Amino acid sequence: MTRSRISLADRHSINRRTLLKYSAATGAALSVGLKSPAIAQTRAIKLGYVSPLTGPLAAFAEADNFILANFKEATKAGIKVGNATVPVEVIVKDSQSNPNRAAEVAKDLIVQDKIDLMLVASTPETTNPVSTQCEIEEVPCISTVAPWQPWFIGRQENPGGGPPAWKGFNYTYHFFWGLEDVIAVFTNMWSQVATNKSVGGLFPNDGDGNAWGDKVVGFPPALDKGGYKLTDPGRYQNLTDNFSAQIGAFKSANCEIITGVVLPPDFTTFWKQSLQQGFKPKVASIGKAILFPVAVEALGKDGHNLSSEVWWTPNHPFKSSLTGMSAKDLAGAYESATKKQWTQPIGFVHALFEVAVDVLKRAPDRDGKAIAATIAATNLDTVVGKLQWGSSSLPPFAAKNVAKTPLVGGQWRFKDGKYDIVITDNRTAPAIPAGGKMEPIA
Amino acid sequence: MIGLLDAIIQGILLGGLYALFATGLSLMFGVMRLVNLAHGDLIVLAAFVILAVTEKLGVDPFAAVLLAAPILFAIGFGLQHVLLNRTLGRDLLPPLLVTFGLSIIVQNGLLQMFSADSRRLRSGAIETASVSLGGDIAVGVVPLLTLVSAIAVIVALNFIFYRTSIGRAFRATSDDLDVAQLMGIDVNRTFAMAMGIAFVVIAIAALYLGLRANFDPTIGPARLLYAFEAVIIGGLGSFWGTLAGGIILGLAQTIGARIDPEWQILSGHLAFLLVLVIRPRGLFPRAID
Repeated sequence: MTRSRISLADRHSINRRTLLKYSAATGAALSVGLKSPAIAQTRAIKLGYVSPLTGPLAAFAEADNFILANFKEATKAGIKVGNATVPVEVIVKDSQSNPNRAAEVAKDLIVQDKIDLMLVASTPETTNPVSTQCEIEEVPCISTVAPWQPWFIGRQENPGGGPPAWKGFNYTYHFFWGLEDVIAVFTNMWSQVATNKSVGGLFPNDGDGNAWGDKVVGFPPALDKGGYKLTDPGRYQNLTDNFSAQIGAFKSANCEIITGVVLPPDFTTFWKQSLQQGFKPKVASIGKAILFPVAVEALGKDGHNLSSEVWWTPNHPFKSSLTGMSAKDLAGAYESATKKQWTQPIGFVHALFEVAVDVLKRAPDRDGKAIAATIAATNLDTVVGKLQWGSSSLPPFAAKNVAKTPLVGGQWRFKDGKYDIVITDNRTAPAIPAGGKMEPIA
Repeated sequence: MIGLLDAIIQGILLGGLYALFATGLSLMFGVMRLVNLAHGDLIVLAAFVILAVTEKLGVDPFAAVLLAAPILFAIGFGLQHVLLNRTLGRDLLPPLLVTFGLSIIVQNGLLQMFSADSRRLRSGAIETASVSLGGDIAVGVVPLLTLVSAIAVIVALNFIFYRTSIGRAFRATSDDLDVAQLMGIDVNRTFAMAMGIAFVVIAIAALYLGLRANFDPTIGPARLLYAFEAVIIGGLGSFWGTLAGGIILGLAQTIGARIDPEWQILSGHLAFLLVLVIRPRGLFPRAID
C-alpha cells in the first residue's frame, strides 16, 4: 500500500508558475555560477518534521498548518548563521498515527531528503520511532509532546533494566514533563478538596496506562505515600463500550476521587454510565481524555469541574523567541486564523521550531555531531518556558537528553456556553498564575 | 449476588447496542451475500450526518435521525446501485475489496470535512437519566432505549421481509438469484432497496453510538468486529439470531469484566469461539447454503 506521501513541500512545489520561476532562477544561477564558481556555499537548511496529521492522533497535529505558516513567515528572509543569511526549508511528513509509518517517513527524510535536523511531536507513538531512526542514522533530533518516561525508557534495549542498564542518547533530545509531575499536580489538586482519600483508577492496557498504573514508577506508590487508598480494578482494553465493572468496584470502595489516563470516547462512556448508575465522585482528574476543549464539550454540562494536567495555556507568562509573540498573542492568532479554540499542543509545536532556529543559529558547523552538541547546550526562553538540557530536576540518567517544562493543574469550567480551563493548582510551577481554587464536582 | 445481577442487566443492555451495530450487516449479508468491511465506518458516517443535521437545524438528535434517515437511505440506494452491484458475482473477493477501499475513503473523507475532533450527539438530561431497580441497581434510560430500538428494528425488518412484496423479492433473490431474475425481479433495484434499508438501520445504530460515546472519523473499524461476531453467533440471515448474538456477546463481556476488566474483551471472543465450536453455523441460521 503506497499511498501518496503528504508533504507540504511537495504540495506547494508543483505548479506552472513556480516551475517557470525556478527554472529561470536555476538558469540565472547556472550562468552566474559558470563565471564565478566560488559562491556555492549557501545550501538551504533542511528541517524534517514528522507529526500525526491523520488517524486517531490527528487532534494533536491540528495546529500544525498554522504553526508552519507562522514559521515560514518568520523565516522567509532566511536565518542568520554567522555572517551569512541561509534559507530554511521544512519538509513535513504524516505519520498517519502509525509507529511503523513514522519510522518509514523518518528514514525517507534522512536518506532521500538529507535533512540537517529532525523535529517530531505528539505522543510516544510518533516521537519514539522517529527518535530511534535518528539515533541510528546519527541525525540530530528534537522531540516533544510525550511524557519523558515513555520516550526515554521506552527506547531502551531493556526497559525493565533500571538506571545502570539505561543508556543516554547522542543525537536525540526531548522536552516535556514527566509522570512525577502529573502525580504531584493531581495530588496537589486533590489536597484542596475535602474527600475520604479513596481513589478509583482507570488505567487502560496501553503504554500510558501501564506506566501510570505501574507499581514502582506509577501512581500506586505515590498515592500510598500520600495516604490515599487506590482501587485499581485492572487494565481494560481501549475503546470499550461498557465500564459497569469498574463503576461497581468504585461504588463498593466508596471512591470520591477518580483518576486515570483515558481515551476521549472511553471517558465519555465511563462518565455517562457513572452518572446513569448513580456514581458521582467529588473529583475527577483525568489525563489525555480531556486535553482538548472539543472533548469536554462533548460531555455537555457534565464536564463542569473535571480536572486535568495543564502543560500550556494562553495565560502562561512566556514569550516566543522566534516571533516575540506572548502565549496570549499566539493563541489569539490561532483562534482568529482558524476560528477554533486554542489547544495545548500549539505552544509546544511552536517551541519546537523556536529551538530549531536557535540551535541552527548557534551551531558552529552543519554536521550532525556539531548540531547535537549545540542542542545539548541550549538555554532558551520559549513560549513554553525556559528550555535547558542537563538540568538537576531530572534523575541523572535522563538529564542529558531531557529538558523539563512546567506542569500545573486545572479545571474545566462551563461558562456562557463554552468551556475554559482555569488553573487551580500551581504549587509545582508558581511562576504560572493560578486562576482559581479547586471546586468539588457539584 | 447484586454484582452479578447488575452485570447481567448491563450485559443485556450492551447486547442491544451490539445487535443494532450488527443488524445492518446481517441484512446486507442476508440479501446480497455482501461482506461489508466498511460497516463500522458507515456507522460513523451516519453519526456525522446526524450531527450535521442537529447543528444546522438546532434540533434534538432523536428528531435529527428522522431527517437523516431518508438522506442515508438515498446514499445507501445510490451506493449499491452505482458501485456495489457492479462488483457482485460468483467471486466473493471483489465486493470485499471494494468495501475495504470504501472504508479508507470514508475515514479520510470525514477527516477532511469534520477534522479529527472527537464529537458527540447531545440530547440534554436524557443522557444521564436512569431508572432505579432498587438494591443499588440502576438502568440508564439511553441504554434501555437502545435495546428497545434494537427489538423494534428487528420486528420492523421481519415485517418487511415476511409481509410485503419487496420482502418477498429480498427472500427470493437471497435464495436463488437466477430463478428470481427469471420471475421478473429487478435484482439491481432489489439490492439497492435492501442497502437503503440497511442504511436506515445504520442511522439508528449511529444515533445510539453517538449518544453513548464520542466518535471521530477513525473510530469505525473498532465497532466492526463486535458486529461481525454478533451476526455469526446468531446465524447468518436471522435477525432475531443477531439480537441473541449481540446479547450473548454483551453478557460475556460484562460478566468477564466483573471477574477482571482485562477479561472483558477476551471473554466476548471466547464466547464467540465457543458458539463456533458447538454450532459452526451459528445459533439460528435461516437458510442452508
